[in-house]
Amino acid sequence: MRGDPRRLFSDHRAAVGAGVLGLAVLAALAAPLLAGDPIVQRDIVATRFLPPFATDPLGAFHLLGTDRFGRDVWARLVYGARISLGVGTLAVLLSVLIGVAVGAAAGYWRGWVRTTLLGLTDFGLALPRVVLLLLLASLWQPSAGLVILVLGLTGWMTIARLVYAEVRAQAARPFVESAIALGVPGPRVLVRHILPNALTPVIVAAALGLGNAILLEAGLSFLGLGVQPPTPSWGNLIASGRDTLVNAPWVAATPGAALVLVVVAATLLGDAVRDRLDPGRRGVALSEAKGA
Amino acid sequence: MFPLARRALAGLGVVVGVVTLMFALLRLAPGDPARLLVGPAATAEQVTAQRHALGLDRPLAQQYASWLGRFVRGDWGTSIATGRPVRTMLGQAWPATVRLVGISLVLSYLIGIAVGVVQAARGGRLDTALSVATVTLFALPGYWLGLMLVMVFTYRLRLLPAFGAAGFDADFLPPAARMADALRHLALPLATLTLVGIGGTARFVRGAMLDVAGSPFVTVARSKGLSETQVTLRHVLRNALIPVVTLLGLSLPTLFSGAVFIEAIFAWPGVGRVLVEAVQARDYPVVLAATAVSAVLVVLGNLLAEALVSWADPRTR
Repeated sequence: MRGDPRRLFSDHRAAVGAGVLGLAVLAALAAPLLAGDPIVQRDIVATRFLPPFATDPLGAFHLLGTDRFGRDVWARLVYGARISLGVGTLAVLLSVLIGVAVGAAAGYWRGWVRTTLLGLTDFGLALPRVVLLLLLASLWQPSAGLVILVLGLTGWMTIARLVYAEVRAQAARPFVESAIALGVPGPRVLVRHILPNALTPVIVAAALGLGNAILLEAGLSFLGLGVQPPTPSWGNLIASGRDTLVNAPWVAATPGAALVLVVVAATLLGDAVRDRLDPGRRGVALSEAKGA
Repeated sequence: MFPLARRALAGLGVVVGVVTLMFALLRLAPGDPARLLVGPAATAEQVTAQRHALGLDRPLAQQYASWLGRFVRGDWGTSIATGRPVRTMLGQAWPATVRLVGISLVLSYLIGIAVGVVQAARGGRLDTALSVATVTLFALPGYWLGLMLVMVFTYRLRLLPAFGAAGFDADFLPPAARMADALRHLALPLATLTLVGIGGTARFVRGAMLDVAGSPFVTVARSKGLSETQVTLRHVLRNALIPVVTLLGLSLPTLFSGAVFIEAIFAWPGVGRVLVEAVQARDYPVVLAATAVSAVLVVLGNLLAEALVSWADPRTR
């Protein structure tokens, strides 16, 4: 059976991807158990710029060293995971909701509904996403909520395309005709009979979109347009380490490495699920290869 | 060429849509644009005067029409932060961006295609190893990779400059030295943008090659006794390149987006840096114009890709 999870995890990519993502989520959830306070500053002069594996004069151990305010980099990394993963996940959820709704409606109803929605989707695909993000971030006050909203609103188009194609394919199948012949009302046919069968490619798009959303959140926060310090996010952690590349390279290096690890994991998981669902096609879809 | 004309019309629609969207966003955004323009210390009369000057006291439809008209004529106003005409600022910035993005595009596609072809043709351990490498490059945030390269090549090895497109003394150097100086300044931003681009391209080419490799005509080519190299390059690659050309057009916005971050990191004097600085200064006439210009570039890129595909593959005409 193609959806059997045990078969999926025999694929190393899926096992590694799910493992790394799982660890990252666990670390984010258990942040208070794993690390101290990410924001509190104690004796700045005595504790700043300590290298990894150092113990400060106050007796605290710093796995990944400290930044210029003497804050523990590991603590900021773990608490930053809450923001980065949380914002990424919520943004992808929003994209999936909009994408499924638009794709399903365009696939099921012909005529002006389809024309309008597909036109809207093509329009969205043609927009330069990062530029639009910058524009929105410059017009409104930057915050985690705005980042979620903006990433969600600019990321649904590929999902809409996938759902549209799948809904059209499913709608032509006999079980749908028989549901209609039995007198099941249209919206119910769509929601109960077609959609559940059309959702599988969405999982792939969501996994790949997650990596993308996390990267974009970090990018916006890096430019100071996303999550605002002192709240740690991986993007603003990299930005804060930018000025201390010479004497404390670990401040910028570690959040970036965490970012790469999580995005690689999401991409591997997405690749593995796609190959499992669709063994005939081994290619990367245009929309996926395009990235941000 | 009829479909292409239709696509051009659709592209025009996208540009008009972007400009309309920006108009709507400006209206939706909190705060009065007039108040933003005159600053917090302005009196009520100054705000009213500014509102009148901006045409904010006229009916919405009329405002929209004049907004669209000004955009088409290239009258994009003046920068709030620098006081210079926006058109001049962008006009001076775009050659640097085109240089960086253009060279990076060529390099990342050449290398990416080569890597993807080797992966698809060889398979096995080499394929796995290269897959790990390309997925990592694909996942790298350009701004972080840029910082790490600066850390190594500028601060540790003291080999390459990390800021700007030319040294302070560039104007006084002989031509050969000036060229070398320009190349040294180009090295790090170009390497960053290209490395990130290789990941996505190689992943896509590998998949496209594997898709084509299963086709019956490949079996025919092989059974004719052609060598594996001939089959790979003449038959598989040629057909796999068609979606790759489409990707080329589609990846222009991504590349431009990537360049935005890279330019900001390396202080590269292009559109991206102008945009980021404008966003940080809330200099929105500049932001709006840069958005519109990048939308036009994206649409043109897509049209170019479609023209190339229709030239390369008569079936799509």
